[in-house]
Amino acid sequence: MAFKTEPVTINLGPQHPSTHGVFRLKVTFDGEQIVDAEPVIGYMHRGTEKLAEERSYVQIVTLTDRLDWVSSMTNNLAYVRTVEKLANIDVPIRARYLRVLCSELQRIASHLIATGFLMQELGTFGGTPLMYCFREREKILDMFEMLCGARITLSYMRPGGLVQDAPPEFWERLKIFQKEMPGYVDELESLISDNEVVLARTKNVGILSDRVAVDSSVTGPMLRASGVRWDLRKADPYEVYNSLHFEIPIGSVGDTFDRYFVRINEIRESIKIINQVVEQIPTGPIRTEIPYFFKPPIGNAYTSVEAPKGELGFYLVSDGGISPYRCHIRSPSFINLTVLKDLLVGSTMADLIVVFGSIDIVMGEVDR
Amino acid sequence: MNINNFQNIINSLIPGLPTWLVFITSAILISFIVINAVVITGALTVWLERRLLARIQSRLGPNRWGPFGLFTPVADLIKMIGKEDTVPATADKKIFNLAPIVLLVPVLLVFAVIPMSNNSFLGQLNIGILFIVGVTGFNTLAVFMAAWSSRNKYALFGAMRGVAMLLSYEVPMALSIISIVLTTNFLLNIDGSNLSALSLVGIVQAQKIPFFILQPLGALIFVTAASAEMSRAPFDMIESESELGAGYHTEYSGIKFAIFQLTEFLAPVATAAIISVMFAGGIKGLSFIPGSVILVVKIFVIVLIFIWIRATWPRLRVDQIMNFAWKFLLPLSVINIFSQAIILQIFYSSDSIITINELWTIAFINWILAGISIFLLAKLFGHKGRDKNIPIPSKLANMEFTSE
Amino acid sequence: MFGFGLIKGLLITFKNLILPSRLFTVHQYPDRKVGPIELARYHQDWQNTSFIQFVINNPIKTIKSLIGLISIQDRYPQHSRFRGQEFGWYENRCTGCASCAKYCPLGIIKIETSRSGVDLDEGQKYKVDVFDIDMGRCMFCGLCVEACPYDALFMGSGFEESKYFRQELNIDINNLKNNDTKPSNWFRPQLESKNYDPRRNGALEWDQVGRHQKPTDTDQANKWSKR
Repeated sequence: MAFKTEPVTINLGPQHPSTHGVFRLKVTFDGEQIVDAEPVIGYMHRGTEKLAEERSYVQIVTLTDRLDWVSSMTNNLAYVRTVEKLANIDVPIRARYLRVLCSELQRIASHLIATGFLMQELGTFGGTPLMYCFREREKILDMFEMLCGARITLSYMRPGGLVQDAPPEFWERLKIFQKEMPGYVDELESLISDNEVVLARTKNVGILSDRVAVDSSVTGPMLRASGVRWDLRKADPYEVYNSLHFEIPIGSVGDTFDRYFVRINEIRESIKIINQVVEQIPTGPIRTEIPYFFKPPIGNAYTSVEAPKGELGFYLVSDGGISPYRCHIRSPSFINLTVLKDLLVGSTMADLIVVFGSIDIVMGEVDR
Repeated sequence: MNINNFQNIINSLIPGLPTWLVFITSAILISFIVINAVVITGALTVWLERRLLARIQSRLGPNRWGPFGLFTPVADLIKMIGKEDTVPATADKKIFNLAPIVLLVPVLLVFAVIPMSNNSFLGQLNIGILFIVGVTGFNTLAVFMAAWSSRNKYALFGAMRGVAMLLSYEVPMALSIISIVLTTNFLLNIDGSNLSALSLVGIVQAQKIPFFILQPLGALIFVTAASAEMSRAPFDMIESESELGAGYHTEYSGIKFAIFQLTEFLAPVATAAIISVMFAGGIKGLSFIPGSVILVVKIFVIVLIFIWIRATWPRLRVDQIMNFAWKFLLPLSVINIFSQAIILQIFYSSDSIITINELWTIAFINWILAGISIFLLAKLFGHKGRDKNIPIPSKLANMEFTSE
Repeated sequence: MFGFGLIKGLLITFKNLILPSRLFTVHQYPDRKVGPIELARYHQDWQNTSFIQFVINNPIKTIKSLIGLISIQDRYPQHSRFRGQEFGWYENRCTGCASCAKYCPLGIIKIETSRSGVDLDEGQKYKVDVFDIDMGRCMFCGLCVEACPYDALFMGSGFEESKYFRQELNIDINNLKNNDTKPSNWFRPQLESKNYDPRRNGALEWDQVGRHQKPTDTDQANKWSKR
């Protein structure tokens, strides 16, 4: 029985509680069904790539903090590695270990945020799992404060190493963290993964097939949730990931639940990596001294790291001056967002929010 | 305390007044007292809910105004009164202004029939349960009035969901009430009481053991349906804040919004009152404590459970909520009615009396029956998703990495 | 499928409700509501009395704290490397080289120097006339501190310097000269090795914050003669 209704167009955002910033989505509904969705981005464009062209190579580190502000550490790492490749700078081995340690801590923090906000969008009032996630994330931020004096905009890495070595109290706090965190992750998972309401809301919702995911170059947990085992830490090992043992968790069909599940498992793998790093880390210098306004040779370089949200790459072109001629950022959030329409059409309004939350974007990185 | 006491007091203070005047004066007086008490209870529930939710979420909650932040609702109210009362230009102003009142009044009316002692405030109503079902049905209308008149698409989404949900959950709720009334009728007949089985006083009288022990299935259905009726988690999609902003009251501000908030927080109190009267024995309990105190404690405990549930469970999608009502709760309530009728008739016809021991036997049978029927229905209509999270590697770019 | 997961979730939230180690992510700022025991402990720092004695001495305060009306000043523990506002600057250490101004990604540090007329000792050749830091645009990256070759500039440890007007956020040279300088340990290992904490310890003088002691005249003479 066909019941014909007039389609309703709704503007979701830029001011909406669950658009993760200033994201606008023009959605056409037929009842509760989505028939069309058109993402509109650019409300937060700050011209990071252009700003980078008139700053020296060290100063750009502070700009990368503000791309994806829930994972500044990996942003720094991706940029700094590109500069090192461009200018052939050596990094001491202790600094490499510390970089891995920091980026894994940051991965845990970012995945906690993603999981927590997914639960918030599922409608737990006030976000009880979100608050638990934040409680754990606070501990990581406290550790970051010990490392570099800031909690969000870290600027901890420099071309050639790190700013400062970790203080002794950092290692004490990390030991407590290593001991407690697996228990908290288990608790979080049993709060979410077995909950029938969560299962009903997330399973078989927003399925991203592996073909579509690979074709639209989706990366990160979203790609792995579709069953594609692709992780730059294994595929193109950077820093010291070669000497560390860890698994790559993958999902089964690529629905919203799989995306969440891959993230939770990645937190576990990250804890494993942290344990190995703490065992293996050598002593020594943490920074190769390079001049502040150094001039890399003429040329270009692209490197990418496995950021919490996917492959984060920096492409730098040097004309021999003190600042890059061109800086391009391949941000995972932006690329992952391109499949949004494929995921949404045919689902309902409530699914829209959940699917959107499971992509885990940060608008600062999308609009750059 | 009820209306007769007030009439006596007024008669003794000013003798010689006509009866109708005494009645009206005492009715207005007692309504004034009760409504104020209820509204203050609502304000305190706001505080309780915020504090307890915060505690569960390992936050602090409001603690700045007054002892332990008790005056926070007052501060909220002052802020809301001070705000500009905006009405959208295209709104249907009459209905827009009427909607908060239509929503609030039924919640207050519920308290008229709750028996706080052997009687309710306004005397004994022999169709109390019908009154409650009828009066609470109004909220559907109010939600739709608010949404339709404010001319907001988000509000309309909320209201459309709300109307569908509220209407469908009336059915299992009413059916679970029928089984209660059935049992009450049996038990009252045996006692030879002349109370009506539809009155709340009669239902309380009949509970030799609380009905939630005697009829677990009925209690489960009623609590579920009632939490859907007051649109709280996991059925709070009328105003699902992560999707619709605020749902049906998106366009409201100022004191009208305050009324919506008050109703939202009064609804659990009203529902808890109904549940504690119908399923937890109402004023019955320990004999040395006054009945009203016992009732208040029961209401408090049930409100706490509602808050606890709200803090833990996410919200269902609209089609899942409808499926749950029609495919799960409705069959369950039909099973409940028939099984209750048959079991009671079997126990009654053997010696035309049901003793306490026999009641415990019935309760035991009912618990087993509830478990079996929930299990079967879940198997039959349940969500057939993947139970295990087994990773399925894709054929695309699925490199077998060698560590080292 | 049968609701067991829901009940499990309820038990977990209940566990978080009652377990004392799970309470309170939030830190109360700027003051904290306290109960009587904590209040007594807070007072003991000055008075050295026992809890019972405190209750006897201050019955009204005890009752007030029981109903949650008393709050004490409190601050979140903050690491000494914290990059905060209220920059510390030592005139005696500054040579006016303006490295900080060059390194700043935003260009918010303004330095003007003139000949001091005295060029006997290290760091006295130039007189710093203007040293403006526009805090309204500062993003606390700490690059200026990293740049300073003479340990003259330091990050602060505060974060509550909000003002009504943007102009008031400008830190000028008089401000920097007159304020007590409690330098942050950010990029200053010499302070870290002394276990200096800007939140607890007092202000430091210019000769206490250097990476090394000022060389004596004979040392200097030796060094220069070798060249």
